[in-house]
Amino acid sequence: MTSAMQIHLHSEHGCLNIIVGGTWRLARDRPDEIRQALELVNAPSTTGVLLKEDGLATWDSSLLVFLVQIVRSARERKIALEIQLNEGLSRLIALAFEVKSQQGSQREKHEPGFLEDLGGKVLDLGPKIINFLEFLGEVIPALGRLFLGRATMRSQDFFQALHECSLQALPIVAVTNLLFGLILAFVGAVQLTQFGVQIYVAGLVGIAMLRVMGAVMVGIVMAGRVGASYAALIGTMQVNEEIDALTTLGISPVEFLILPRILALVLMVPILTIYADVMGIIGGYLVGTIMLDISPVEYLNATMSMVNVSNGLIGLVYASMFGFVIALAGCYQGLRCGRSAQAVGQATTTAVVHSIVGIIVMTAIITVICNILNV
Amino acid sequence: MTMSQQASALIAVRDLTVGYGSFILMKSISFEVHTGEICFITGGSGCGKSTLLKVLMGLKSPQKGQVLYDNEDFWAADSSTRQTIKRNTGVLFQSGALWSSMTLAENVALPLQQYTDLPAAQIAELASLKLALTGLAGFEDYYPSEISGGMRKRAGLARALALDPAILFLDEPSAGLDPVSSRHLDDLILELRDTLNTTFMIVSHELDSIFAIADKIIFLDNQTRTIQAQGDPRRLKEDPATALCALDFLTRGAAGKNAVQENR
Repeated sequence: MTSAMQIHLHSEHGCLNIIVGGTWRLARDRPDEIRQALELVNAPSTTGVLLKEDGLATWDSSLLVFLVQIVRSARERKIALEIQLNEGLSRLIALAFEVKSQQGSQREKHEPGFLEDLGGKVLDLGPKIINFLEFLGEVIPALGRLFLGRATMRSQDFFQALHECSLQALPIVAVTNLLFGLILAFVGAVQLTQFGVQIYVAGLVGIAMLRVMGAVMVGIVMAGRVGASYAALIGTMQVNEEIDALTTLGISPVEFLILPRILALVLMVPILTIYADVMGIIGGYLVGTIMLDISPVEYLNATMSMVNVSNGLIGLVYASMFGFVIALAGCYQGLRCGRSAQAVGQATTTAVVHSIVGIIVMTAIITVICNILNV
Repeated sequence: MTMSQQASALIAVRDLTVGYGSFILMKSISFEVHTGEICFITGGSGCGKSTLLKVLMGLKSPQKGQVLYDNEDFWAADSSTRQTIKRNTGVLFQSGALWSSMTLAENVALPLQQYTDLPAAQIAELASLKLALTGLAGFEDYYPSEISGGMRKRAGLARALALDPAILFLDEPSAGLDPVSSRHLDDLILELRDTLNTTFMIVSHELDSIFAIADKIIFLDNQTRTIQAQGDPRRLKEDPATALCALDFLTRGAAGKNAVQENR
């Protein structure tokens, strides 16, 4: 077997002879002659190139790419070029220069500048908003049909969705809210003990948890857990043409896939919020009784007297709205997902980001409304 | 073409232009398919066969033109008419597109639950029957992820058959099937046509199947973006008027795979 790549270079009256031989394999080590040959072709003293082979054993694209580079340089410099290679190599070299791109398949390479990019994004915003409103326009009538009993939602899908966002979420909701109650109590205790009214920690934790923080914490946990999973699930169904399969059967994906998920979250987020409130209050209770030396009975009495039912109810309103926002964001991203694995990943991320932003915007809106209504 | 005037067409495509944005995939194509016909859509890769099928089954709207089902323009119709048309069509997607959260039996049963008031026991019975028809008896309780690609495709066909639709759209039904299963599929298609008078629109490049069972082929060309040839494949092969590209495709393919190599 002939050894590795061989290149012989010699010039005669300005004509560069390149003789290739040996075994050519795509590998890491390339002989220095390759670089030399390319330099020589481009050298002003070279007025012609002759490509020859001698003792060429097996070869692959590594040889081809080298020869193509030589030929291209020679053609660019418009110097004489003669190819005395075997038929296979000559044909492949010819092919490399003959490839005509299919009509319309060549993408325009265009790097937008900052302003153009920004402008494009702003212009994209309009269609995006319209797209989302169209989606809402499908969801709301579907909800209406559901209450009239005419929607094609299977009860088993609803119970499945309910299961996914209930029991499995209990541990994480418990941990996050217990700790959150602890943190609230700690932060409050530092301030309140300065005035000797540490008993108000009970009210602080109770009201904060019940009124808004319990719902927000559950919302954020569910956005990460459930919103993301909805986007990934529905997005993957889109990739697998499963959504198309529903559509061609005349089954509305909104009614069949999205209604059960919206309902499940609108129902379960408030229930989880009640659980989260209790956990948060337990967190506050632990700080109050252990760190602040408030007696258990005193702490519980203080909580009972300072917290009222309307706090809890407002919390539940927040919670059900958060459930709606999370389900909507997750399902919307899933349904509008592109047809690739990358698009599913993107849809999932966007769903979580939009859910969390949605939760915060919703909190602000409801808080302002509550303020105006004085509740 | 002469016989198309005898009865009104079940599917009539008129002056259809389809594209993505400014990229025109096919322009001003027209054809007709009659009840009980087995029609293949074929052509080189990237000529828009699958996209045409999508337009026919109502998944992608055309830029121009009409798709008529029994003289009813699908893309101009209201949602209840579209619903009726969709109920009468069955679709087998390239990948099978089974609903992955349901078993095979549930997959086949869903269209039945959707459109009929049959008791659950009968629906289950029917689902088993359709699965058996496609050679999947005994796989009722399997999930799509637990079976092979070819089986998924057959299960997809069973689901498409669930409602005994008047029109079946099959997107590359034999891709990924072994030759024997492929022949079985051809037999099944013929049997359905003969017993239920089902009309088939099939996207495929399987030349053996085309010559074995097609009543009509529509040959799309990816250079001119039009229909290069349409009609009975056997007659097209002999017709000198048939455009060169389609003729080449048909004869060379039919002559066997060696032809391609000899030509090099």
